[in-house]
Amino acid sequence: MKNEAEIKALKTVPREKAFYFFTSIGNYTGENASSLREFMEKIKIVDAKSLEFHLYRGDFEKWTAEVLENTRLAEDIKRLKNASLTGESLRNELYATVAKELKRLTNLILTSE
Amino acid sequence: MKFKNNSFRLDSTDIKILELLQEDARQTYTAIGKRLGIAHSTVYDRVRRMEKYGIIKKYTTLVDTEKAGVKTVTAIMTIYTDPKESEKVAEKLSKIPQVLEVYTSLSEELQIIAKVAAENQESLHEFIATTVAPLQGVLRIKTSIITKKFKETQHLIVNDPKELTPTNSKITNKNEGKSASEK
Repeated sequence: MKNEAEIKALKTVPREKAFYFFTSIGNYTGENASSLREFMEKIKIVDAKSLEFHLYRGDFEKWTAEVLENTRLAEDIKRLKNASLTGESLRNELYATVAKELKRLTNLILTSE
Repeated sequence: MKFKNNSFRLDSTDIKILELLQEDARQTYTAIGKRLGIAHSTVYDRVRRMEKYGIIKKYTTLVDTEKAGVKTVTAIMTIYTDPKESEKVAEKLSKIPQVLEVYTSLSEELQIIAKVAAENQESLHEFIATTVAPLQGVLRIKTSIITKKFKETQHLIVNDPKELTPTNSKITNKNEGKSASEK
């Protein structure tokens, strides 16, 4: 039987629940993500300022917990906040964190099939 | 005021009446007539006609929000849109109470310029992120928060009289469109 929680965490959400990347208050970059996979891909390309803006406001952890219903990933992202990362090192760490979670979820689904 | 095929052209007297009403919409027709050297009944007729033709859209109150103690954040959003969707985006924005003014502009890219008010910076961001950014056709948004107001006026200098057709001939309320002092 497939693992429901894992499937939920990999879902594609409707447009109004997608994550919209901003660089500062009200300044939308035009990039958004509707799923965890898309989120990971966008981390690679958005302005690093946007990653800093959202990480330290707690927007990433809020979206992953409330919309993707993935509290595990939300906790991992929260930990990154404490490391006070900025710029490219933040991008690399955030990407690695999301990629690791995506791989874990995908493997869980594949092994339960 | 010339009538031709259900339309009329504003003349210099109409324009002067409009200017005086924009200065103070509560002044009486008598006062306006006195200043222009015409009968109050002439002022009345011309005002009614301009209301009927939708030239005078409404009489409103300009509130100094600072003095009224209303704490708000006002910002100007420049919304870059897909040209096919821009009309729809502008229409949707126009229906939102927090959005005070909406304009479209053609520069290098098609833009919508909108003035928005929010309780504070956080609620402004929340509004843009959850209501404006998700609109179909929005490509990106630039927002400038207004920090200081140097001038605000509702005055519009009318110096190019145009031929106009009636847009608002249905007047339901007898008092509608009258200045407060005339009611």
